Amino acid sequence: MNGDEAVAFAAKQAQVDVVAAYPITPQTIIVERFSDYVANGEVDTQYICVESEHSALSACVGSSLAGSRVFTATSSQGLALMHEVLYLASGLRTPIVMAVANRALSAPINIHNDHSDMMGSRDCGWIQIYAENAQEAYDWTLQAFRIAEDHKVSLPVTVNLDGFTISHAMEGVAVLEDSEVSDFVGKRDPTYKLDTTKPMTFGALALPDYYSEFKRQQVEAMKNAPPVIASVNDEFERMSGRQYSELSAFNMEDADAAVLCMGSVAGTARAVAAELRKQGKRVGVLKLWQYRPFPTREIAEALSKVKSIGVVDRAVSFGAPYGALCSDIAAAKVLTGIQTKIFNIICGLGGRDVRPADIEGIFERALRHADGAPIDDSLTFVGVRP
Amino acid sequence: MVTLKELSTQEFFGPGHRMCTGCGPAAMARMTMKALQKPAIVVNATGCLEVASTIYPDTAWKVPWVHTLFENTAAVASGIEASLRKQGKGDTVDIVAFGGDGGTFDIGIQALSGALERRHDFTYICYDNEAYMNTGIQRSGATPYGAATTTTPAGSKIPGKTDAKKDLIGICVAHGVEYAATASIAFWNDYITKVRRATAIKGPAVIHVLAPCPLGWRFETSETIKLAKLAVQTNYFPLYEVENGKYKLSMKTPKPTPLEEFLKPQGRFRHLFVPEFSKNLEELRRQVESNWSRIAQLCGETPVQTSPPSSQPAR
Repeated sequence: MNGDEAVAFAAKQAQVDVVAAYPITPQTIIVERFSDYVANGEVDTQYICVESEHSALSACVGSSLAGSRVFTATSSQGLALMHEVLYLASGLRTPIVMAVANRALSAPINIHNDHSDMMGSRDCGWIQIYAENAQEAYDWTLQAFRIAEDHKVSLPVTVNLDGFTISHAMEGVAVLEDSEVSDFVGKRDPTYKLDTTKPMTFGALALPDYYSEFKRQQVEAMKNAPPVIASVNDEFERMSGRQYSELSAFNMEDADAAVLCMGSVAGTARAVAAELRKQGKRVGVLKLWQYRPFPTREIAEALSKVKSIGVVDRAVSFGAPYGALCSDIAAAKVLTGIQTKIFNIICGLGGRDVRPADIEGIFERALRHADGAPIDDSLTFVGVRP
Repeated sequence: MVTLKELSTQEFFGPGHRMCTGCGPAAMARMTMKALQKPAIVVNATGCLEVASTIYPDTAWKVPWVHTLFENTAAVASGIEASLRKQGKGDTVDIVAFGGDGGTFDIGIQALSGALERRHDFTYICYDNEAYMNTGIQRSGATPYGAATTTTPAGSKIPGKTDAKKDLIGICVAHGVEYAATASIAFWNDYITKVRRATAIKGPAVIHVLAPCPLGWRFETSETIKLAKLAVQTNYFPLYEVENGKYKLSMKTPKPTPLEEFLKPQGRFRHLFVPEFSKNLEELRRQVESNWSRIAQLCGETPVQTSPPSSQPAR
C-alpha cells in the first residue's frame, strides 16, 4: 500500500470515532480510503465531509471536546488554512491526530513535497513526528493516538509524511492484526469533556492575569511528552518488533561527518553513507522522528563525537540565518556545548529530487569541514540553478 | 405561545456576567436558555456574549459551554453533534450555537453554510445588533443602509453605510433548512416559542433575533426593549417563520408605526435627519419598504405601506 493508504488503515484500526476532513493533494487518498471504510461499513465512525480545512479542524476540536477519538489529514494550503485552529487544538488540549502529507506552499502553486507547510506552523503547540516511509507513517499514526490521549500529555499530534514520495509510493507495509491494535490503542478516556451532567466552560477569555499560566501549562505538557512517547515506543516494539525513539542513528558511532534530516530523504542519505563507508569514509546519518518536542539532549549525545554535520532543511525560513531545523540544531549546540561544526543545506523544495549525488556532495563537504576547512557559507542551496 | 408560568425559574445564563447595562444580546441569551427543554451544550462564537460571560476564572454559564474562534462556530457544533451521535446521545441533548451578526452574516457564513448543507442536528441563533459591537461598532453585512458605524461614519460626503443588509434567512432557506425564523427580544414569548420549535427539529434550524445594542446604536440603556419592539412595529424587522420553505408572518402590522419613531432615538441614524441627507433617509425608507413587501408577499400577505414619506424635513 502507499503511505496515504497506510495512514488511513491505521486510523481505521484505531477505531476513530470522528473524522472531519477536506480533500487536498497529496493527502486526498487518506480521506478517500477512509470514506470507503465508512461506505462499506468497515468502521463505526462519524465522517464529516466539511467545506474547508478550517472547518475540518474546527469540527475535530468540537468532537474531541465532546470526548471522541478524532482523526484528520491535510497538506500544504489546507494546513495553512487551519493555522489558527491548530493553536485552538493545542490550547484546548484536544488530543487530535492529524496526518500531514507534506507539500510546498504557494506561490507559485506546487503540489509536490517539501516541509514548508508544517514548518510554517511549527510553533502551533502540536507534537510533530516525521515519517520516512509508509511503514513509519502507519506505525507512528497508531502510536500517535496513545501519545496524544495520554493524560500527562493531552496534546494533538501530527504525523508528517512526505507528499508523493511517501503518500503515493507503493511499498510493502507490515500491518498489525486489528485485535492487536485495538488492545494497543485502547479507548479514549478524556479527563474533561462537554458533559451535560458536569457543565464546564471551555475556551474562556484569559486576560493578562491568567493567559501566561495557560501557555506555561502547554509547555509543561510538551515536557511531559518524551517519557510518554518512550513508553509508547517500547510497548509498540514489544508488539510489532519495530523500534522507534526520538531519532534514528545510522553509522553514527564513529562518524566524523554526518547528515541530519527528517522524512524520506533519510533513505537516500543512508544509501549514500553506506557507499561512502565502503570507500573508508567515516560518515553517518541522523534522522529525526520527533521534531516537537525537540530532542535536544539526544541529538547532542548523537553528535558529541561528530566533527561536522550538514543539516538538511526542506523549507526556507526567509531572512533567517538558517532553515528551521538547522536553527534548532544550532540552539542545541549552544545549549549543550557540543563542538560539531554545523552548516545548513536547503534542498528538495517543491518536490525537486534530492539525488544521491546531492547527498554525496553534502557528505564530502562535511568531511572537508571535519578535516578543518572553515565553514564559509552557513546556508547553501543544493540542486538549484545558480 | 408559551406563558411566563411555563418557563423554568432556573438561570442557566447566570447573573454575574459583564454585559453592558441594557444589553440586548444578554437578554437574548437568558431567554434562550430558559426556552430550552433538554440538557444543552452551547457553542459561542467570538463576540460580546462570549468575552463578557466567561472571563477566566469566572463563567456565567451553567451548561457545558465552548468558545473557540470567530468564524467556525457552526463547524464546532457539527463536530460536537457528530460526537454525540457516535455516543448515542444525539437525541438527548440540544446543541445551540450563538453567533453575532458579524460572526454569522460575514466571517462565519461559510461554516454555517457547510453545517446547514450537512444537516447537523443543531440550532443556530444569530443575535443581530447590526454591527461589530465587540470591536467598537464597525459595519457588518447586517448593518442597515445609512447607519453610522466607526467604519462607515456619518461623513460630510458619505453619510453612513452605502450598502443594504443581507437576507440571512433567505440564505438559510436556500439551503433547504426545515425551520428558520426571525425574532425580536421584545416579543419574548414569540422568541421562546421559536427556540422551542427550532430545537425540536431533527436537523439544522436557524433563528435570526434582533438584539439592540445601546452603545452601538446610541440610545438610552432603558430603551432596549422599546427599540426592539419598534423595529417590528415599523416593519423595519419583520417577524416571520419559514417551515419547510413556507413563509408565515408571526406578527401582522395593520397600522405600522412611522419608521422615524424607530430611527430618531438612535444616534447612528441622527445624521440622516438633516435636509442635506434627506435622500439617504428616503433610500433607507425605500429599502425597509421593499424588504417588508418582499417578506409580506412571501408570507402570502398583502403588504401595507410601511409609513408615508415624511412631508416635511425632520430636524
